[in-house]
Amino acid sequence: MRLEYFQLIDQVTALDADAASIVTRAVIPEHSTIFEGHFPGHPLMPGVLLIEAMAQASGFLLLSLNGFARMPYLASVKQAKLRAFVTPGSELEVTAKRIHDGSGYAVLDTAVHTGGKKACDAQLSFRIVAYPAEILHEHMLEKAAAVGLVKAGDIYVVKEEG
Amino acid sequence: MSSTFETVAKIISSMSDVPLEDIKPESHAINDLEIDSLDFFDVVFTIDKEFGIKVPLETWMEEINEGKASADDYFIMKNLCEHIDKLVAAKAA
Repeated sequence: MRLEYFQLIDQVTALDADAASIVTRAVIPEHSTIFEGHFPGHPLMPGVLLIEAMAQASGFLLLSLNGFARMPYLASVKQAKLRAFVTPGSELEVTAKRIHDGSGYAVLDTAVHTGGKKACDAQLSFRIVAYPAEILHEHMLEKAAAVGLVKAGDIYVVKEEG
Repeated sequence: MSSTFETVAKIISSMSDVPLEDIKPESHAINDLEIDSLDFFDVVFTIDKEFGIKVPLETWMEEINEGKASADDYFIMKNLCEHIDKLVAAKAA
């Protein structure tokens, strides 16, 4: 995780295009100024950043399914439940599954698991639109490579090891 | 069995502050019923699920922006319901 750049997903570990689902890995840093304030003596990963992690995993799924051709923007967060404290240094499994492929929008069920337990979940919806700037498109393609995604025809898939 | 209008009116009423009795066939979903664009995505999502269709919202917005159609063509309740009926019929065909 690069919290200061708001980049929360480290790696895509699985992507199923047919099922429209993704599994990603994110490791919370041990130290950050965020934890100094949230909270002194009881450092915790803010719940809103866990939601952002789910949103970013969802974004990578939607981008992969559309070949990184159009940009998803978070539009709504529903029924978010923050079920457990998550501490610095925790390794997260952040998942998303598209439950509806609408016209110019998508709805996903998302979750964060850590230590084998569900820490939070929410239903997220996204608007999917043309990139407002080519530099953003280029940036997202760089991010694709950074998290282990490679182009395969019209979609992106997890890069095979070796 | 509820008509398309009754179903769509219930969806909109349940997702907004608009009383069901205030939703008329002549009502404009956005201008009269004060549903903003984000709420309308939620409405379309529920319509998609309820009727088993995919409302081509992007296409409609492109046609409106290009002047090929007016917002009334798609967002007046009776017109919206007619389009839904056509989408349902097309899916069944």
